[in-house]
Amino acid sequence: MIVEVGHFALILAFVLSLVQSVVPIWGALRHDQRMMAVAPPVSAMMFILVGISFVALMMAYVTSDFSVLNVVQNSHSAKPDLFKITGVWGNHEGSLLLWVLILVLFGALVAAFGRNIPPELRATTLGVQGWVTAAFLLFMLVTSNPFIRVTPPPMEGQDLNPILQDIGLAIHPPLLYVGYVGFSITFSFAIAALILGRVDAAWARWVRPWTLLAWLFLTLGIAMGSYWAYYELGWGGYWFWDPVENASFMPWLAGTALLHSAIVMEKRGALKVWTVLLAILTFSLSLLGTFLVRSGVLTSVHAFATDPARGTFILGILVVFIGGSLALYAWRAPLLKQGGLFAPVSREGALVLNNLLLTVAAAAVFVGTLYPLALEAVTGEKISVGPPFFNLTFGPLMIPLLLAMPFGPLLAWKRGDIYAVSQRLYGAFGLTLLATLMVVWFQGPQQILAALGIGAGVWVIAGAVAEILSRARFADVGMSTGFRRLFGLPSSAWGAAFGHIGMGVVMLGIVATEAFQEEKVLTIRPNETVTIGDYELAFGGLVRRTGPNYIDDVGHFDIFKGGEKVAEADPAKRLYTARRMPTTEAGIVTFGLSQVYVSIGEVHADGGADIRLYHKPFVTLIWLGCLVMGFGAVLSLFDRRLRVGAPRPARMRAVPAE
Amino acid sequence: MTRKQRRLTMIAAAGSVLAVAVGLILFALNDRIVFFQSPSDIVAGGLPDGQRIRLGGLVAEGSVQRGENAQVRFSVTDTVETVDVVYVGLLPDLFREGQGVVTEGVLTPDGIFRADNVLAKHDENYMPKEVADALKGKGVWQGEQ
Repeated sequence: MIVEVGHFALILAFVLSLVQSVVPIWGALRHDQRMMAVAPPVSAMMFILVGISFVALMMAYVTSDFSVLNVVQNSHSAKPDLFKITGVWGNHEGSLLLWVLILVLFGALVAAFGRNIPPELRATTLGVQGWVTAAFLLFMLVTSNPFIRVTPPPMEGQDLNPILQDIGLAIHPPLLYVGYVGFSITFSFAIAALILGRVDAAWARWVRPWTLLAWLFLTLGIAMGSYWAYYELGWGGYWFWDPVENASFMPWLAGTALLHSAIVMEKRGALKVWTVLLAILTFSLSLLGTFLVRSGVLTSVHAFATDPARGTFILGILVVFIGGSLALYAWRAPLLKQGGLFAPVSREGALVLNNLLLTVAAAAVFVGTLYPLALEAVTGEKISVGPPFFNLTFGPLMIPLLLAMPFGPLLAWKRGDIYAVSQRLYGAFGLTLLATLMVVWFQGPQQILAALGIGAGVWVIAGAVAEILSRARFADVGMSTGFRRLFGLPSSAWGAAFGHIGMGVVMLGIVATEAFQEEKVLTIRPNETVTIGDYELAFGGLVRRTGPNYIDDVGHFDIFKGGEKVAEADPAKRLYTARRMPTTEAGIVTFGLSQVYVSIGEVHADGGADIRLYHKPFVTLIWLGCLVMGFGAVLSLFDRRLRVGAPRPARMRAVPAE
Repeated sequence: MTRKQRRLTMIAAAGSVLAVAVGLILFALNDRIVFFQSPSDIVAGGLPDGQRIRLGGLVAEGSVQRGENAQVRFSVTDTVETVDVVYVGLLPDLFREGQGVVTEGVLTPDGIFRADNVLAKHDENYMPKEVADALKGKGVWQGEQ
C-alpha cells in the first residue's frame, strides 16, 4: 500500500512538473501575475510529492518488503538498519529518486527564499527547473521505476553490493548529488536570463549563493568519495583519474570558474555572456556525469550494474538540454549588453586568467575521459587513458593557476599595479623560499620537484594570509585598530581566503604523499615484524570474527615507535555471506597528519598473510584541505550581501530592539 | 592601452594557454595512452619492445601459483592463446580462476608478461568490457546476452 502511494506520488509530481514547465514561463512572457504565481506553490507541492515517494521507498527498505523488485535486488533482512536506509540510494533507481528529490528541493528553496528576485525571473527560473524535473521524472517512470513489484515475492533479498555497505558511501552520493543538482539552479537562472533577454549585476548576486552552495557540497562530496576509495578499496590511492571520478571533477572545475566569474559580473558588470555560458556548461557537465555513471558506457571501478536502454534515454536528455541551451545561447546571448572595461593587469584580468586555466583544465579532463570512447566508436581500437595522461596535461595547467593565485585578490579592480602587489607578497615569497630550501636541505637535491611542489602550496597559503593581513593594514593603523578591521572584514573576504588556503593545503598533502610515501608488499608470518617509516609493525596472527552479514579474517598488528607501543591496527579480509563476495578492510592508523596503512591480501596455509603496507606522510591534508575550502564557502554564504531572502534593511529596522 | 590593444592582449593570453593545452593533450594522447590487447594479439607479435599495454582475458583454470612475498604467476587466456603473467602485489578481491581480468604492464623478450597492475571489477557478475568484447570476437562468449 505504502509502495503504491509512493508510486502514485511520483506520477503526480511528473504531471505537476509539466504544468510547471509551461504556465509560469508563459505568464512571465505575457506579464500575467496570476500565471506566474503558479510557480511557488507547485514547486512546494512537487517537493512534498517526491518526498512522499522517497519516504515510501525508504519504508519498503526498512521493513524489508521483498515484494518490491528494487528492495529484493539491493537489500537483505540481515543487513544493519543503517545500511537498509542508505541502501535506498545505493542503487540506480533509488539514487535517481534522490537526484530528483534534491532537484525539487532546490526548486522549492528558490520558491521559498527567492522573494527578492523579480517575479518574471523567478517564474521563468522555476519553469526551466520544471523542464529538468519533468525529463528526469519521465526517465524514472519509464526506465528506472523503483516501485515495481515482483510476484511471487522471494523470501530473502540479494543484499547490497558489499563495498557499498559503508558509512562513507552512505554520505558520499547525497553530498555529490546536492552539488551536481545544485548547479541546475544556476543553469535555470541562466536560461531564464536568456529567455527574458536581460542579465545584470543583480542577476549575479542572486545566482552566486546557489553556486556557492552547490560548489560547497560538490567539494565535500568529491573529498568524501576520495577518502572512501582510499580506505575501502584497499589500494591506498586517493585519486585514480577514473572516468567516474572525472565525471564529478569536470563540473567542479567549471563550477569553480563560475564562482569566480560571477564575482566579476556582480562587482563590475563585465563577463556577462561568459558567466551565462559557464552556468550552462557547469550543469551540462553535471548531466554528462550522470550519463557517464548511469549509462554503462564506461569501464570503471564504479561501473556497478548498468543498462544500455537507460543510457540511450539519458543521452536523449543530454542532447536536448545541452544542445537546446547552447542553441538558445547562440540565439539570445548577443542581446546581453557587455559592460565594464578593464586592463589586462587587474582583478578582473586575474579572474579571467583563473577562468581560462580552469576551463581549459576541465577540457583536458574531458578529452582524456571521452577520447577512449570516441576512438572505440570510430576505429574499434581499445585504449586506456590513465594517470600519465592527466599528470601531463592537467598538472602543467595547475602550475600557473597556483602561482597566480595570491596575486588575484590583491590586485585592484579595473587597473592593477603588479609591482605594488608584489611588494605586499614579499613575506609570502620569503616563506615559500624558506620552505623549498628546507625540503631540499632535509630530503636532498633529488627531491627538488617535491620541494617546488611544497613551495607552491606554501605560496598559496601564505599569499592568502598576506592578503587578509594587508586588508587590515596593521602597519598603517596600529595593532588594535588592525585587529578590529580584521574581524570587521566582510565574511566573503574571509571565505575567499579560506578557499585559497584550503587549495594550498590540498596541494601540500598531495605533494608530500606522492613524494615521501613508502610502500612495501610482503608476506608476513605471526610474530614477525616489519619496519616502515619510523614505525615497526608486529604481526600477531589472524583471527576469525563474525559480523551481522559477513565473516572477517582479522590480522592484528601492534605498532611500535622507538621500541614503544603506540597503536594497533586490525585490517581484515571480509566475506559477505549473501553474495559470497570478499572485500578488503584496510587498517589505517593516523599519527598527527600522517597515516600508516595496512591491507591484507592472500592468506597462507601456515598462518602468514600477504600484506601491503604504506607510510603516507601528511596524507590527511588532502581531505582536511577540502574541508578548509568548504569552510571558506560556508563563510562566504554567510556574507550579508548574498544572504538569500535576507530581510531588507527597511524591514530590519522595523523590528523593535529588546 | 587602447580598447583594441586590451582585447588583443586578452586574445593572445587565451590563445597561448589554449595552444599549450592542445599541444600537451596531443603529445599525451600519442605517448601516454595504453592499448588493449588479447592473448591472441600478443602471440601474433608485432609489439614494440618495452611498450606498455593492457592484456585482458580470462584467468586460466589451475594456472595461479602463489610465491613468497606476494609474487603471483598466472596465465591469461582468450581460450585460443595463452600468455603467462608475473605480478608482485596484492590481487584484487574478485580475482579468481576462470574470471575476467585486465592486467597492465610490459611484455618481456622471453614472452612473459610482467604486470604491475591487475584489475578485476567490483561485482561478481561483472566482466571487464574489453574482455567481454574480445571473447565475443573469438566466438566463445558465454555471458548472459
